[in-house]
Amino acid sequence: MVSTNGSSSTGTQRVKRGLAEMLKGGVIMDVVNSDQAKIAEDAGACAVMALERVPADIRRDGGVARMSDPEMIIAIQASVHIPVMAKARIGHFVEAQILQSLGVDFIDESEVLTPADETHHIDKFDFTIPFVCGATNLGEALRRISEGAALIRSKGEAGTGNMVEAVRHLRSILGDIRKITQADSAELFEWAKRLQAPLSLVQEIAETGKLQVPLFAAGGIATPADAALAMQLGAETVFVGSGIFKSDNPAPRAKAIVEATTHFRDAAVLARVSRGLGVAMTGIAMDEINETQRFASRGW
Amino acid sequence: MNMLVGVLALQGAFVAHSDCLASIGVQSVEVRTPEQLDSVGALLMPGGESSTMSQLLESSGLFDPIAARIADGMPVFGTCAGMILLASEILDGRSDQRSFAAIDISVRRNAFGRQVDSFEATINSSVGDFHGVFIRAPRIERVGDGVEVLGSINDEPVLVRQGNVLAASFHPELSNDARVHEYFVSITANRKKV
Repeated sequence: MVSTNGSSSTGTQRVKRGLAEMLKGGVIMDVVNSDQAKIAEDAGACAVMALERVPADIRRDGGVARMSDPEMIIAIQASVHIPVMAKARIGHFVEAQILQSLGVDFIDESEVLTPADETHHIDKFDFTIPFVCGATNLGEALRRISEGAALIRSKGEAGTGNMVEAVRHLRSILGDIRKITQADSAELFEWAKRLQAPLSLVQEIAETGKLQVPLFAAGGIATPADAALAMQLGAETVFVGSGIFKSDNPAPRAKAIVEATTHFRDAAVLARVSRGLGVAMTGIAMDEINETQRFASRGW
Repeated sequence: MNMLVGVLALQGAFVAHSDCLASIGVQSVEVRTPEQLDSVGALLMPGGESSTMSQLLESSGLFDPIAARIADGMPVFGTCAGMILLASEILDGRSDQRSFAAIDISVRRNAFGRQVDSFEATINSSVGDFHGVFIRAPRIERVGDGVEVLGSINDEPVLVRQGNVLAASFHPELSNDARVHEYFVSITANRKKV
């Protein structure tokens, strides 16, 4: 929501997308308490995602996953200087209102939590703080942008330690963008129809060759090499969920992933930071998860 | 004289700065290593997270070479987190946070508040009225002797210069207006001896 006081405005798209710009080239880490938040900040995280359970535990526990307890979010805000993000359920605009009143810096309208609305996402223009939303393909990304999202991330399959789905989503989104830049003006109508996305946004992509907002990677990233793969594919920042604090040795792994994200094209640096990190999270293969347990299919 | 501008690309809004420089026909390169630093004649430090950049300046072996180049008079421009890295005093930062102390100002990290308080507003500046974007912005709380105030908002300094060092608490790279970048390029072209 845009508010203007004299010559000064808050909540504009430029201010919202501006924070997403500041997060580029960085690592956003899931944390469940202020100790983990400090470890993340010490390791060089550019932001933390405050949540009660990392996706791997949400997956294991089952049941309904909701917004985190505000007390826990406030404790994490008090413990670090970097931006603090938090998750609201898809369509649960009241959880989002609560998170905004707490002063979180970014809301993730997340498929990792149990959706509250099977048809509608949150009207993100209604809020002063920016939203990040997941997408499995370009159509989904553009629908979220048309609802006001300031940042898009791949969905991946959170909590698995397996990045095959994140790679699929990044390749799908970026591959279609490349194809659209080759399309003629008549073909853009067909693209908009096929993607179920606003024509104006498709035309804009044809002109600029890029998404309207930054594109980050999320879902299953567990190693420095995973982070660098996402970056080389064209992601601009990585979210690491369960991959750090479900590993044997979180602090050095977190630092290694931060370095790998910055030096993502430098194989010598990647080799150096990958050494001796101990065991990564075990992970789950996709065929071990049946369709109904997949988070990525949530969202419309 | 080497006019190639480097954009520190450890973390943050480095792409937006490169795009802004390209819009005025200035070639830039991303700087992540000491070798890349050697190739440039000026350096732009973008916004992002200053604590993240501090970490990466150390692990990438860039801190000392950049400090030496600044001491040698290399023109440098820091925006937001980049300004924090250049300031002589950081308030509310991490206790272990090092800075280049290249410009005599005291800055308070995130003093304008959290993202909910981030704003855009008109700045009165020496390049004319400029539309400034402030993201979780730091505040310049003290300006030392010898520091020139080039831009302000409500009488508060937001764009300052000392010698070849330029610093802004806002994000000129996000305004589709390259006048502040042009000004930095002019500093580079008329580099002062130190």
